[in-house]
Amino acid sequence: MRYWRSREALLVLPALAVYALLYLYPLSRLGVWSVFDPEPTLKNYRQLIADPVYAKALLNTLEVSFWVTVCALGLGYPLAYLMTTVSARARVWLMALIMVPFWTSILVRSFAWVVILGTNGIVNKTLIVLGLIEAPVRLLYNLIGVEIGMVHVLLPFMIFPLYGVMTQIDPALLRAGRSLGAPPWRAFVHIFLPLSLPGVAAGCVLVFLMAVGFYITPALLGGPQQITLATLIEMQVSDMLNWGFGATLSVLLVGAVATLFVIFTAALGLDRLTGTGKA
Amino acid sequence: MAAKGGALVLRRLTKHYPNMAAVDGIDLEIAAGEFLTLLGPSGSGKTTTLMMVAGFTPPTAGDVLLDGSSIAGLAPERRNIGVVFQNYALFPHMSIADNIAFPLKMRGMARPAIAAKVEAALGLVQLSGLGGRRPRQLSVGQQQRVALARALVFEPGLLLMDEPLGALDKKLREDMQFELKRLHGELGVTIVYVTHDQEEALTLSDRIALMNAGRIEQLGRAEDLYERPVSRFVAEFIGESNLLDGRVEAGWFTTPDGIRAPVAARADGAVLLMLRPEKVVLAPESATDGLAGTVSELVYGGDFTRYRVAVGAATLTAKIANSRAPFRPAVGASVRVLWHPGDECIIPK
Repeated sequence: MRYWRSREALLVLPALAVYALLYLYPLSRLGVWSVFDPEPTLKNYRQLIADPVYAKALLNTLEVSFWVTVCALGLGYPLAYLMTTVSARARVWLMALIMVPFWTSILVRSFAWVVILGTNGIVNKTLIVLGLIEAPVRLLYNLIGVEIGMVHVLLPFMIFPLYGVMTQIDPALLRAGRSLGAPPWRAFVHIFLPLSLPGVAAGCVLVFLMAVGFYITPALLGGPQQITLATLIEMQVSDMLNWGFGATLSVLLVGAVATLFVIFTAALGLDRLTGTGKA
Repeated sequence: MAAKGGALVLRRLTKHYPNMAAVDGIDLEIAAGEFLTLLGPSGSGKTTTLMMVAGFTPPTAGDVLLDGSSIAGLAPERRNIGVVFQNYALFPHMSIADNIAFPLKMRGMARPAIAAKVEAALGLVQLSGLGGRRPRQLSVGQQQRVALARALVFEPGLLLMDEPLGALDKKLREDMQFELKRLHGELGVTIVYVTHDQEEALTLSDRIALMNAGRIEQLGRAEDLYERPVSRFVAEFIGESNLLDGRVEAGWFTTPDGIRAPVAARADGAVLLMLRPEKVVLAPESATDGLAGTVSELVYGGDFTRYRVAVGAATLTAKIANSRAPFRPAVGASVRVLWHPGDECIIPK
């Protein structure tokens, strides 16, 4: 198939220029920094392999991202489904509520969670008043805090691909299923669920890959056990002023994301992830 | 796959929406094995009626009885009614065989039995060997057949069809009409068929219920609706017609602008006279009876020619078969318009 016709191709040039200047160029500089100090050297990469801290951080990052994805799917799927069943008016409201996080800075939201989840925060106080717990539960600076904060931020990225695919599912298919003898839950399992899977795949890949590179939320809400690659990079660059090794960690992070993306697209099909395929 | 037809009764069936009565108290008895068409313009309530029978739209009032027992309170999946949807609603993620197997699987049938039934159903709609394909790999006509096979494979007594041939081109539509007739004859299943296409309704149905504004305007065989419409709406909706407003007195029909013709009507009073264009006869000006008129327009249509004849202030359409037309007036010719007594239809007002 011919994607490019010369004159239409000009239309993507501005975007391509911005992308090259602001993304590809700095990224290539990072790659260069990781192997010069100032002479060519592989010492940064030797350090990366020698110290298990970094492999541990990568595994941590993947683990946190995995659970964020699972939780976002668990919360997002019913919500997206709800949006396809309610009236147009109610849908606008739901959409607005889901969009609100987009309009607030991640920093503000993460600090808000610090207030809410803290030892004297509203969650702990309520639980104590209700008599469900006796002493405050630790909700911050651990995996729970990171999960809550990141799921909150990333939920829209799960919901929108899901909703997009779900609205494409012809309601007549479900009626057909009912008329052929399927009670509502079987019609859902045999018809709606399989047809919504491309949305599940797209949402999960999007949320997972974004979670892998997350910095602010894990840094504010996580503890020492939740050291992620992004927080390590920040430490190297602003605390230790070790730009070379920070760059090396960045290369590792970009490499990990790219590798995962390639694996996911190969396993699930690129057309599904980009939504260009048919359900 | 020998399904036996079920008898369907609609009793004062009603669906009111906040601003309108979509279906306004329909009474209808459909015999086992009958092919009944709900015909009408869009918004006449025919699809709403069908959806109430299928169980997707809860009626505001009234009842639906299948073989004598009320099904109005049953969920769609418990009604055991086959439905063919407007765009077929084939499951795109399943093979053709799995689509047809679906209703059997839902009924807990054993795998070997399902395979045999699916094979038989594919044969019935002449798609043997295509079971492994996906719906989108089939032509629209083939998809239509799959939808039919899927709706029939569990041997329902009643098959509902919602404008099933709307997406097909003319040639394919005619093929499918024959196919439907054949299946109906073979299986003896009761069919309720919704369409806005009067030709389709006339060709397929045992009886037609012509709907207008949520009510049944006329119920009868194709000939009844065509030859003896009960209202202006029916006369205008089914086929072409010449309609004249006037009065009948002592066997003569007269209009205010001076048309006068003998008719076979018994009662006197204000009436609507309907005359089908193919019943109109044109005679030379020298003829002694008939209405004097002038040919204002003619359109050659192959096996017939359509004449527009100005008679006084009215314009009548005549459809004359070319095979037996010794008299072929040209535009501007003075002619006499007549018809055989009794070919007209008098609709009392």
